[in-house]
Amino acid sequence: MLPEKLRSIFRKENEPASPAQALSPQSGSAPARKAFKPNPPTTRSSRGLEQFFFEIRDLVGLSILDLAGATQENINFLTSLGHKIYSQDIVRSLDDAFGPDPAQQTNPALIEAFLRNNLDYPADTFDGVLLWDSLQFMGPALVNATVERLSQVMRPKSYLLAFFTANERVTEVMSYAFRIIDQKTILLAERGIRPSGQVFNNRNLEKLFAKFESVKFFLTRESLREVIVRR
Amino acid sequence: MSSTPYRVPDADTRSTATIGKAVKIVGQIFTKEDLYVDGDVEGTIESQDNKVTVGPNGRVQAGIKAREVVLLGQVKGNVEAADKVDIRKDARLEGDIVSSRISIEDGALFKGSIDIRKAEVRPNASGPTISAPVSSPQVPQAVPVGAAAAMKR
Repeated sequence: MLPEKLRSIFRKENEPASPAQALSPQSGSAPARKAFKPNPPTTRSSRGLEQFFFEIRDLVGLSILDLAGATQENINFLTSLGHKIYSQDIVRSLDDAFGPDPAQQTNPALIEAFLRNNLDYPADTFDGVLLWDSLQFMGPALVNATVERLSQVMRPKSYLLAFFTANERVTEVMSYAFRIIDQKTILLAERGIRPSGQVFNNRNLEKLFAKFESVKFFLTRESLREVIVRR
Repeated sequence: MSSTPYRVPDADTRSTATIGKAVKIVGQIFTKEDLYVDGDVEGTIESQDNKVTVGPNGRVQAGIKAREVVLLGQVKGNVEAADKVDIRKDARLEGDIVSSRISIEDGALFKGSIDIRKAEVRPNASGPTISAPVSSPQVPQAVPVGAAAAMKR
């Protein structure tokens, strides 16, 4: 097998070093990537989102952390309910901190720096966290550290929503921008295909969220596992 | 969502002070007219009844307080706008926003919190008004930008 330096010489211009580098222009500063042409956004209903908003119904002035990046739709929706929104594009931050390959996400110093840059909030800050699909793209060490940090910054009895692919054979997964249309409908805009950090089946997820009070799964027709976790 | 083209204010426009892209200011800026920042600013920017625009070349490490804030460049600091914050495509904001309205275009990078507060009903205009900028006594390097055109290069 040719070393990476030699392979890069033979690689055609604009050809990504790996499929993982065929990312969208939205996703930060990873090197030489093929232009990603997204399909038109689609809407779908989300039982997980419905459950999330059901749990915080009748409450106002909550602090909600949205980790899919700032979008007009999510800002409008959450602030119209009277909540304060904290926004962070954590998938983009993954590229900035580690590059697109989850295999690089093992360095403890980089993991600590990543958490400091992205989840540096006082304990018990949030009444809800919209993680969307961001954990899907994290390797085991990073995902455990991220969930541990989230458990610290979430208030007791608060809820977290996360999405994972239910197809355990895939090694690459489409990443999406999630826009809230209403309490149970989201608009999905493709951001590019990324390598999956690991397999997330029900057993793994229960283990991952073992410190939390409860984990509830919703399996959708699109092979998507929606998870609601109570701190 | 398409990006609304932003017209750089005419240098002759009297109501807009401009900090050009070759200018760096460290300190406090108070202005009683609209302000267009296309250079570097470190400190604070305050223009309570006016609009502050950070242009595409603008690099601001400062808290911004204004009636309306439009961002096309980079800002690291909290933004407080009585009326509206408008974050355009390719802008980067790291900081917390307090405003009564916010608009953010796809492609903008934002990291921080958003607190929507409805604008307070202002007292009757016939009442007493404070027109002089208030400067903190412990920070001596306040820079009034009323005649900022002189600094523009």
